[in-house]
Amino acid sequence: MEIRILAPTGALGAGFPAASLERGVALRPHVIACDAGSTDSGPYYLGAGQPKLSREAVGRDLRLLLKARDTLGVPLIIGSCGTSGRDAGVDLVADIAREIARQEGLGFKLALIYADQDPGYLTMRYDQGRVRPLQPAPPIDVSTLTDSHVVGMMGVEPIQRALRDGAEVVLAGRASDTALFAALPHAMGADPGLNWHAAKTVECGAACAVPPRPDGLFVHLRDDHFDVQTLDTSVRLTPHSVAAHTLYENANPYLITEPSGVLDTTNATYTAVDEWTVRVAGAEYVPSDTYTIKLEGSRLAGYQTIAIGGIRDRVVIEQLPTLLPMAKEYFRAKIRDVFGGRVDPDDVDIDYRLYGQDAVLGTNDPDRDRPVHELGVLITITAPTQAIAHAIATFVAHASSHLPIPEYEGLASTIAFPFSPPEIDRGPLYEFTLNHVVEPTDPHEMFRTVHEEVKP
Amino acid sequence: MRLLDLCSLIRSKNAGPFVLTFDFMGRDTASYEALRGSGVLTPELFAALYGGDPADILVVHHDRAEAVKVSMPRPVRQGDLRDSDCYGGQLYAPLVDLEVPMPIAPITTSERA
Repeated sequence: MEIRILAPTGALGAGFPAASLERGVALRPHVIACDAGSTDSGPYYLGAGQPKLSREAVGRDLRLLLKARDTLGVPLIIGSCGTSGRDAGVDLVADIAREIARQEGLGFKLALIYADQDPGYLTMRYDQGRVRPLQPAPPIDVSTLTDSHVVGMMGVEPIQRALRDGAEVVLAGRASDTALFAALPHAMGADPGLNWHAAKTVECGAACAVPPRPDGLFVHLRDDHFDVQTLDTSVRLTPHSVAAHTLYENANPYLITEPSGVLDTTNATYTAVDEWTVRVAGAEYVPSDTYTIKLEGSRLAGYQTIAIGGIRDRVVIEQLPTLLPMAKEYFRAKIRDVFGGRVDPDDVDIDYRLYGQDAVLGTNDPDRDRPVHELGVLITITAPTQAIAHAIATFVAHASSHLPIPEYEGLASTIAFPFSPPEIDRGPLYEFTLNHVVEPTDPHEMFRTVHEEVKP
Repeated sequence: MRLLDLCSLIRSKNAGPFVLTFDFMGRDTASYEALRGSGVLTPELFAALYGGDPADILVVHHDRAEAVKVSMPRPVRQGDLRDSDCYGGQLYAPLVDLEVPMPIAPITTSERA
């Protein structure tokens, strides 16, 4: 048996050479699969329901993939649509797909699988004790589940059901990256250890190539091994580079948890076939006793206004450890005064981040006592509304550029602001709230599938 | 030797919003074995640098990838108000010049960590 998988790129919209896709199509894959999301860009995308990559960039990749799928007549599976895998992300990518279909004269059976979670459902499972923390998890109560925007990360099962029901293009909400690649081979009876390991290997596309690049990989999945190869002969794969990929963005490189079990790569072997192909065998898939769906949640944490400036005078730099705490105290009184008590200073966060001194590593920086001669200053004001944040930022920026320097008589100018006005409204700020799993009754109940016939 | 002399890549990344993970890729088999044998990359070192309990820090010696991997709870939740590095991409920086003592006797490949 041989099942062939085409992984065109690590992320829909990140791009890939069209010639690589053509080579992949020529190898006659049984399925094309591609991830379109991540939490790695932070809590904004899930909280706001906005995609990270532009409609143009996503459309460019999707157009080529829809045409390749049409040529081959095989399923195209895209997961975590719109970065966060929120329902809005699925609808956005579906909209792009329909537009491309019209322009290119393509027809296909489309399935949309939604992963947004209903607060009522989550509350019920929480009350049943079927929401469990993963380590390390933030403390939660039931309101965390209802205040956050929550998605569940689907496994292979909803994707397989959509394919069984005739879908040719599957646009999934939040999904396990590996499940996208594993779904069809699993349904075709592939060895689970090999299948999940192959899926894990290609989910980032050619990230494990030497050198890494935004491009695709191809898998030949057989009875007792799989071969993974590059689609562009100018980049190579080595046993080392493929083995090392299990390290990427994983806590444990040997044990990779999926909804239905754990991929164990401890005994995997990696052998070079040629410069572009590595043969992999030996991984095991250990099914879990309990099926679990990972939850991701993001909650509004406030609104921000920022100001960016710089300080060059060493006299000012030397005074900052005294002046900045003093300024913060002054602003607390100023907030009470300006808003006539309508804004509580405790609800407002004013922070100075000094680039050049403590900004990135903070007090963990072993070099923090080294003198600097120029400092970048990022002032952030976080408040319950954008209007309040902005209003406070105007006097914070103004006062910060006129800090009282004991060495100088008269009004000194203490921060160089490159912009006018210096205040920049950043919009809503979100925070991740969950590192938990829920135990559903079955792998399907948390996801909703809508089928649609897209006509050319 | 400094860590950078032994590693072709020193990387920190998020493994989800709550976990920070470090990869130390050996330049070659000998470098990897020297690094593994030196025993400098310990839970205690990472707890001292980034905070937290050594008991929560995982150190894995990945022989096939010739890499040492360390994972720990993120010092600050990704994207939070006080997070300075949303991708966790620069947090490895203090380790680049870490002094790695060389073992007196060569470590054999059969010695598995």
